[in-house]
Amino acid sequence: MSVKELRFHGRGGQGAVLAAKMVASAAAKEGKCVGSFPMYGFERRGMPVVAFTRFDDEPIREKSQIYTPDCVVVVDPTLLGLPNLFDGLKPGGVLILNSTTPLAERPCANLELSGVVNATRIAVEEIGRDIPNTALVGALAAATGWFTLDSVLEGLTEYLEGDMLEKNIRNARRGYAEVEVQTWH
Amino acid sequence: MDALKQPRPETRVITGNAAAAYAVRLCRPDVVSLYPITPQSEVIETLERFHANGTLDAEMVQVEGENSAQNVVCGASMAGARVFTATSSYGLVFMYDAILQTAGYRAPVVMVNVNREPPGIHAVCSGQQDMIATRDSGWIQVIAESVQEILDLVIMAYRLAEDREVLLPIMVNYDGFYLSFLAESVEIPEQEAVDRFLAPLNDQPPRPVLEPGSSKGCGAHGLGAGYVELRRKHMAALDRARGKFDEVDALFGADFGRSYGGQIDCYRTDDAEIILVTSGSAVGTARTVIDAKRAAGVKVGLVKIRMFRPFPIEVLTKALQGRKAIGVLDRSIAFGWDCGPMYQEIRALTPEIGTVPLLSFIDGLANMDITKPHIERVVDDIQRAALGHDYQSVTWIASGE
Repeated sequence: MSVKELRFHGRGGQGAVLAAKMVASAAAKEGKCVGSFPMYGFERRGMPVVAFTRFDDEPIREKSQIYTPDCVVVVDPTLLGLPNLFDGLKPGGVLILNSTTPLAERPCANLELSGVVNATRIAVEEIGRDIPNTALVGALAAATGWFTLDSVLEGLTEYLEGDMLEKNIRNARRGYAEVEVQTWH
Repeated sequence: MDALKQPRPETRVITGNAAAAYAVRLCRPDVVSLYPITPQSEVIETLERFHANGTLDAEMVQVEGENSAQNVVCGASMAGARVFTATSSYGLVFMYDAILQTAGYRAPVVMVNVNREPPGIHAVCSGQQDMIATRDSGWIQVIAESVQEILDLVIMAYRLAEDREVLLPIMVNYDGFYLSFLAESVEIPEQEAVDRFLAPLNDQPPRPVLEPGSSKGCGAHGLGAGYVELRRKHMAALDRARGKFDEVDALFGADFGRSYGGQIDCYRTDDAEIILVTSGSAVGTARTVIDAKRAAGVKVGLVKIRMFRPFPIEVLTKALQGRKAIGVLDRSIAFGWDCGPMYQEIRALTPEIGTVPLLSFIDGLANMDITKPHIERVVDDIQRAALGHDYQSVTWIASGE
């Protein structure tokens, strides 16, 4: 597998930064080299946040931001209208979207596969709060097959423990099971 | 080359800040002073968590500001403790008088400085200007490229600072945001291995420390000749720190399988006609550009500055002699010179290096991304200068030039 580059769009407090790291950990469990970082100024709840993850069989030396992602992950559905959301998406690109409704149309010519899941509802039911990140990481694993659900769940243990770990394992499993995949060619 | 390989994947995915904290814990400090600032806070938060869960047995001193943070570790170090603190930007300059004091006392303080733009124009953003603002403070200053190197460099810092031939404070720098928050797979050494690596420090003759009831002192008024003698000894210690750093890096490599070249790292420079010099996180991205340019037939090499104070005069001169053109990419500016600070210092080596086109590039200020296209353009400019074309001495890539 050549390098995969993912860009996450969320709002402060929803766990977009953590989701990006959890994807890195899942890939690392399968022997990949990984790099993941967010880009924002102050930590502020509700502010738009961007995070990046790279994984590859080869060491990742590049430390710059991601401008041509293979995949865009949208943690907050209100960000779907961002004019630059799909900037640089590679042909054959992937979208993982937290939304209550499936996509009505193909939002970007380079988009080939989308995985839509109501991650907010899952999170409210399983965690009791709108922290949709782990459901989306599960959805990403199911829609792309880039790593297994087991690797995702194993990766979660690096960030969570106890009750929150259990809840997020259920969250990720449901994201994996409930994602609806659409393709365009 | 070994330093470039990421470690085995069973290791943990952690951020640069967490890597610094893991390294500090492994070095068993006696006293840690803590004050938060973005993008450093995660370092002290992680250390507090280690302390709370019983895995870090140190005196944790929460202070009301960075000036106290530095004075606490300076005082504790003078009393014989192994110490640590971390800061960034506004915090670093708020402790300015204290860092000069620490250096003057020759207290072997280890401090992480997460590089961020300092005051003047408010920016919660990456940039090396804070480190540059303290370049003449008498500290050792080193700079990391990757998360693994942050961890390794903090461990090496204790071995270097507390060496009796050195006895100087050391500032471990890494780019805020681009490295502080970057999560990579990191190999975390075994406690026993780090204990073994630092054990030779205990076999040295004891250093002078302040003790209750003993009549030693420090910081007394330095009169003329006595002052000059202390300054010369300080300079001589900095001078020795260069070779010591190379030694420590090699010893670390023997123990842990990772070494980084010492004061500088030369990448594909053997037959290089032109050289790019840079530091920090930009080095990783630059390596990919050097590889691509090499594949396209351009004989370009890369020199990474790991040690900025003392300046690696001899090894840099050797690495830069006999080239057709040299470019230096800075993530900060030298006020009063209209160029980058590392460029300015390399330019001071012109009599030793020889007169060839020497180009300054300024990029990456205030979180601006040092991208692959930016570095490709830098290499192209250096190459054109090497071919005899006119060139611009100073280029502000950060402002779209």
